Amino acid sequence: MSFLELRGLGKRYGDIEAVSSCDLTVEKGEFVCLLGPSGCGKTTTLQMIAGFVPPTSGQVFLDGRDITALKPSRRGLGIVFQSYALFPHMTVAENVAFGLEMRRIGRGEREQRVTETLALVHLDAMTDRYPGELSGGQRQRVALARALVIQPQVLLLDEPMGALDAKLREDMQIELRALQRRVAITTIMVTHDQAEAMTLSDRIVLMNRGQVEQVARPYDMYERPNGQFASTFLGKANVFSGRSNGKSVLAGDRWFPVEGNIPEGDVDYIIRPEKIEIVDTAPLLHGKVSARVFLGNHWLFQVDTPLGPMHLTQPNTGMPATGEGDVIGMSWVGAHARVVASGTSR
Amino acid sequence: MTPSRNTLPFWLSAPSLLLTMAFVALPLVMTLSLSLYPYDLTTGIGDGMTLTNYRDIVIDEYFHAIFARTFGMAMLVTVICILIGLPEAYVLSRLSSRWRSVSLVIVLGPLLISVVVRTLGWAVLLGNEGILNNALRAIGIIDEPIRLMFTFTGTVVALVHVLVPFMVLAIWASLQKLDPATEHAAESLGANQITILRRIVFPQVIPGVLSGSLIVFALSASAFATPAIIGGRRLKVVPTTIYDEFLGSLNWPLGAALAVTLLVIVLTCSLAMNRFVEWRYRQVFQ
Amino acid sequence: MTRTPRALLVFHISFACFMLAPLVVVALVSMTDKGYVALPFDGASLRWYRAILHAPDFIDAFWRSIGLAATAATIATLVAIPAGIAIAWHRFPGRDVVLGLLLSPLMVPHVVLGISLLRFLTQIGASSTLWGLAVAHTVIVLPYVLRLIIAGATGFDRSLAQAGYSLGASAWTVFLRIELPLILPGVAGGWLIAFINSFDELTMSVFVASATTETLPVKMYNHIAHTIDPLVASISTVLIVMTLILMVILDRFYGLDRILAGKSK
Ligand SMILES: Nc1ncnc2c1ncn2[C@@H]1O[C@H](COP(=O)(O)OP(=O)(O)OP(=O)(O)O)[C@@H](O)[C@H]1O
Ligand SMILES: [Mg+2]
Repeated sequence: MSFLELRGLGKRYGDIEAVSSCDLTVEKGEFVCLLGPSGCGKTTTLQMIAGFVPPTSGQVFLDGRDITALKPSRRGLGIVFQSYALFPHMTVAENVAFGLEMRRIGRGEREQRVTETLALVHLDAMTDRYPGELSGGQRQRVALARALVIQPQVLLLDEPMGALDAKLREDMQIELRALQRRVAITTIMVTHDQAEAMTLSDRIVLMNRGQVEQVARPYDMYERPNGQFASTFLGKANVFSGRSNGKSVLAGDRWFPVEGNIPEGDVDYIIRPEKIEIVDTAPLLHGKVSARVFLGNHWLFQVDTPLGPMHLTQPNTGMPATGEGDVIGMSWVGAHARVVASGTSR
Repeated sequence: MTPSRNTLPFWLSAPSLLLTMAFVALPLVMTLSLSLYPYDLTTGIGDGMTLTNYRDIVIDEYFHAIFARTFGMAMLVTVICILIGLPEAYVLSRLSSRWRSVSLVIVLGPLLISVVVRTLGWAVLLGNEGILNNALRAIGIIDEPIRLMFTFTGTVVALVHVLVPFMVLAIWASLQKLDPATEHAAESLGANQITILRRIVFPQVIPGVLSGSLIVFALSASAFATPAIIGGRRLKVVPTTIYDEFLGSLNWPLGAALAVTLLVIVLTCSLAMNRFVEWRYRQVFQ
Repeated sequence: MTRTPRALLVFHISFACFMLAPLVVVALVSMTDKGYVALPFDGASLRWYRAILHAPDFIDAFWRSIGLAATAATIATLVAIPAGIAIAWHRFPGRDVVLGLLLSPLMVPHVVLGISLLRFLTQIGASSTLWGLAVAHTVIVLPYVLRLIIAGATGFDRSLAQAGYSLGASAWTVFLRIELPLILPGVAGGWLIAFINSFDELTMSVFVASATTETLPVKMYNHIAHTIDPLVASISTVLIVMTLILMVILDRFYGLDRILAGKSK
């Protein structure tokens, strides 16, 4: 049995199905991100694991034990709240020590562990400050230290980077990842930022409208999205609806290449922009460049085709020969395309 | 905010400032000077400057008793209001919004009703032939009516009724600023309900308690209608004494000196408390 | 959230009874058919409500109080709007001093204000005039209005006014069309609080009002100090009912807690 397991976990608020029957297993030491658009039920799922929201169906198992009915204070999970929820009337050290006090840990050991944990998050110099006197990044690290110091079995984070600016966010992501590796703690983090989820997690749990869409490693989810939602939420994708005969896909009046076994019938044909090449001979599709945008490490082209607007990107190896208004031919190989039955697309 | 070098803000605040200076500051200064005039029973207000009125207040045990009663009563009322206000504000913050509006009307609504009306209610309740006594006698708990009208206890009860909404409001306001996630955080760290109240919620509402105390203390030390009606002649407090000096014995200089003393004590307490709160909580709540 | 403990609910209900008791009692004794205050009484009647109609001095005092409260609230609001705007939107030398001065009457006990104004108005020959009383009421309700207006104006996004200027509006137009409508809730709340405070004011008015300018609270106080009869009870009940209606209306349009928050010192 896995370390943490959610079995058919669901929550209804009246008519709203905030989370419907979520199944998930998390291994010990794993870093899992719950990713999805706003309102898809990420926080609700996390709060059910934490014990603050009682589920209307399903169970939570931790280390083989059913903890569904256990009080939050008895679960021993470390939680970093979106607002950090630092105790404003206590100093940094007092905040971090609180959980140890609740565990009746003696003064000597308590102080030692507080010092160690604060050193871990590089806050040794701030012990006697109040949360009001800290910057956003520092507050976040206090919250992290407060959750880690009790040596929880699982660390739960609800959008911990939400309140940070872009640069700090990147730094903290790297730091969090390194920290998680060092203390080898099972971690579940909520985010709606796909780049963050890719950077940090061993596996991504993609959620949409209260349901788990796909659970996969970041690379697998990017390369083999299981539907239109997954392909467009994680990175950019061109999606055509078409019909499959099992060997090839007909979209508009053209046949597109595929590889391996594909479903038959109505399908979505998905191709990532960076997999498309500009070719002079034997293109799969023609189109007219309607916009060319410079994005630093690559160029983005928007191309009007008979199948609608498409995106393609080219690495920045100098000023491209193709400009706006040019008619170009596009091609790609079947191995890079992904075909899923339309039913699974949401 | 726009930094203004021009004189516009002064012109904008001039009418208010003029009104306040002319009808508050100036009269107060005149009261201060009035308190320095000598007074004689036969000739009335005399000429010259003297500190006799203040000396009388400092020396005379009659006034000692009145000041002690006033501020003792204010202190007691404040403490009772804290003891009632804390749990009440906490309950209010936890009620569903429908019950909360109903409770607000009941608990805080009396604030909008004239103090005279509310005090009249207590007079009817507390009198010798009052409802409380009649009820207690009917049940057989007492034979003789207990005296509540014109007593310290009766006045304190009525004052608590008049002033406790201010305390509830102040504490409730600070409870609303409290991030509910901090309670969750404490719970996830293993704290039980009592610990959460004691270690997380209560310390965060102390500023509310202090500001509520300030209001209740100041208002109760300067309360007039309630001590006048429930306390009556026998239970004089500083404001009712001032009233008697002014409209009864017509010793205006002495009344003015009493008023200045009351003002100074109330202001000192308020400012000291404000300073304390700022000093103690500046770091914590910015 | 865990459930509220039962003991706390019991406390809450007891407290609610404590708060209601004197008001309910006043309403009850007002319905006696006897000439004195007692409870329980045998016969209920509306005799003491009819008696109000034959007490013209109370009715006069009531209308005087209403007029006074409306006047004081209106003047206070008119002078508090510019001052509130200056303090909320401008940073100028002495801003804190101005604010402190304008709010300082809140810290002065009303007895002290009462005797001070009594003497001051006597000296300038305005004692026992209605306008003297009106000015006295204006200055004591001014800080309440000012505070609500500042609170309302501070939470206001200044870029809205800047957007107005950028679209070619003059300062006056921006004020009338953008700023004033946005601070209006604060202004309205302030006016209401001022009205209520002035209508209920007793301690200062006891000194400043004369026999010819008695406000309703003063009239009632003097009556009660002399004798407690069912007539003041029935008048009080009318006041309670009127306040209750006002509260329901306020709650609809403004939120009772916001009004009450403004009432506190
Ligand atoms: N207490 C509640 N009562 C009713 N509905 C709720 C409650 N809490 C959440 N919901 C609903 O459940 C759904 C999921 O909410 P949840 O907070 O889990 O979303 P989320 O994925 O965390 O979104 P975000 O990224 O915006 O934080 C939403 O539609 C929300 O409106
Ligand atoms: Mg959320």
